[in-house]
Amino acid sequence: MTPIPSLPSSVDMTALRKVQPRFSGIESGHGACQGCGQALAARLVLEAAGPDVIVANATGCLEIFTTPWPQSAWTVPWIHSLFENVAAVAAGIEVALRAQGRTTRVLAFAGDGGTFDIGFQALSGMLERNHDVFFVCFDNEAYMNTGIQRSGSTPHGAWTNTSPAGRVRQGKRHFKKDLLAIISAHGIPYAATASVAYPSDLRAKVRRALDVSGPSFLLLHSPCPLGWGHDSALTISVDRLAVETGLFPILEMERGQVVSSMKIRNPRPVREYALPQFRFRHLLMDTPEAREELEHLQALADANIERYGLLSEAPGPRDSGGADTIRRGGSRWG
Amino acid sequence: MRDALEGSQAIARAVALCRPQVVAAYPITPQTHIVEALARLIADGLLEAELVSVESEFSAASVVLGAASAGSRSYTASASQGILLMSEVLYNISGLRVPVVLTCANRAVSSPVSIWNDHQDSMAVRDSGWIQLYCADNQEAVDTTIQAFRISERTELPVMVCVDGFTLTHTLEPIDLPEAGLVDAFLPPFHFSRSLSAARPLTQGTLVSPEFFTEIRSLQHGAFALAEQEILAADHDFANLVGRESGGLLRVEGDREATVGILAMGSVYGTLKDAHRSGLLGRPVRILCLRAFRPFPAGAIREASEGLSDLIVLDRSLSPGSGGIVAHEIRSALYGTGKPPRVVNFVVGLGGRNVPGGIFREMLEALEKNPPAFSFFDLDPGKLPLPKDSVLPTS
Repeated sequence: MTPIPSLPSSVDMTALRKVQPRFSGIESGHGACQGCGQALAARLVLEAAGPDVIVANATGCLEIFTTPWPQSAWTVPWIHSLFENVAAVAAGIEVALRAQGRTTRVLAFAGDGGTFDIGFQALSGMLERNHDVFFVCFDNEAYMNTGIQRSGSTPHGAWTNTSPAGRVRQGKRHFKKDLLAIISAHGIPYAATASVAYPSDLRAKVRRALDVSGPSFLLLHSPCPLGWGHDSALTISVDRLAVETGLFPILEMERGQVVSSMKIRNPRPVREYALPQFRFRHLLMDTPEAREELEHLQALADANIERYGLLSEAPGPRDSGGADTIRRGGSRWG
Repeated sequence: MRDALEGSQAIARAVALCRPQVVAAYPITPQTHIVEALARLIADGLLEAELVSVESEFSAASVVLGAASAGSRSYTASASQGILLMSEVLYNISGLRVPVVLTCANRAVSSPVSIWNDHQDSMAVRDSGWIQLYCADNQEAVDTTIQAFRISERTELPVMVCVDGFTLTHTLEPIDLPEAGLVDAFLPPFHFSRSLSAARPLTQGTLVSPEFFTEIRSLQHGAFALAEQEILAADHDFANLVGRESGGLLRVEGDREATVGILAMGSVYGTLKDAHRSGLLGRPVRILCLRAFRPFPAGAIREASEGLSDLIVLDRSLSPGSGGIVAHEIRSALYGTGKPPRVVNFVVGLGGRNVPGGIFREMLEALEKNPPAFSFFDLDPGKLPLPKDSVLPTS
């Protein structure tokens, strides 16, 4: 990453940002829900990726809310084929560009359904063949486009319409698939996770992903207010809690090895993350079953913290309390 | 110059003459020799192309979709289960109006599993919006492959070149491969009007509401009317360069004045023509060889059937619970014409069962015995587990 030179204190950063709008790959006026994490996430990715890209998009909310014919929110070349083949379509675009000697970067966008589940085979093949494609998974942890059904990414214990909470079941019975480990087991040059709650971290990762030659992968946590059942004004704060509980670790991996992680300054209890979300509401009931499931979820978060060493020893500019705090007086670049 | 070439080798070399930039495929019998031959041509530097050895047919079709959308001439090949696995993508390629050429090494579809030839695979995707051209021999397979790229790129419809598995793909024949210069003169460099480019960002594959859906589908259907002209023009123009035609939409041979006709698709036509030439048919017969199944040339079929009292339609695929697939469409084309022939539908040669030259005479003789509208002509009732009377299919 190129270091940004420090600015004289007379420069008003806020004013400067307002007169220097970033590149916008998705225009406003699309049909996403209020507080949609995915719409924000896709905009942030393209801000950093810039205009010289081609986007292949899997079937999902992002495709639906941006392209109701004859309208389109996209200002970059964009193609949607099917649900499960976005990695292969992107691979085809990439080899064609290579054959033609073009240098435009190829991005593949998919939700967690199109990445963890139905699109997984094509993704694995694309990674194995070493295509120069940047694959972004907008992870909202369920099939939201079809009306909130569980996916391989849905967290343990979460309610969805196909993992409902009832008298004898406490939401999803299985674990969230450890996709990053599977992806990095392909030995690809760069794989990372990011959260919409930390946009600078996210942008830096997009730039790093596009700097490498060969496949790169970003698992981008993107809350869905409708599917998670939280207030649409809470998208960012809910996703900060996903990071600060340890449930969604922010990591970077190179060739299968973890090379950096975002430390958690103040670890939050999972209960605090569950509280504003309908999908975890049944875990907060005063029953032995609910308590046990919540303990499971807390144990999973604790295991992440231990596995990746996520606790910060001293407050730092890039930990979960320091990163992306420019509006609160922090530093954008640390 | 004519060389003795295996069908698959000849097809691969015809593909190479068309200079594709991207080839993507997943191996499946009996398509494998085509892709292996292309891989060798690339390895030997005789073809400058990216070969993408994908992890499934689904991805093979998806890769060529992406590659052609990004402005590269692209080719794939498959068969049988592979065609069915990629069927969702096949619909998508056509709906997006992306020009791509695919060779289908025709093979039966499981279950029961069979690696041998019939037309069930391509028939299963007949409504996917692909042009389908059936080749009678390997020279036609070579010439049709080259024509297919021009047809596809002019109509912005994908083309499936259907070649009988083993019967053609694994058979040596003397083949004339055109000179590269001739192919270059026939087939201009690839240019796709909606190519993905950051300089001109287009959104493709959007969500279409009921307000527009029918109109877009009608445009796709309308493109097939243009395709009829392009198929004829490609055959005509190519014949001007190499001195032979490939059968346009439909070829009429045999005894043109005969009142009995037999219609076939694919390599059975060669057997039928030989039987006719050798006098094995025992009576004058008009021979119809249907090359274009999509677009379905109803006008040409009506014209070719004029004066016939009986038309035997051979089907090498089956719609269980209905009957032969080609015959239904032939009947539909002939319905309402002044004096349509009686159409008798025989399913033969399923799952690679040999269709010998002597079988056609038996069919012609069967016409005299008031045969049902549809039957399995080469079925051996002795191999059935049930009492014979209860399973003989009728109309």
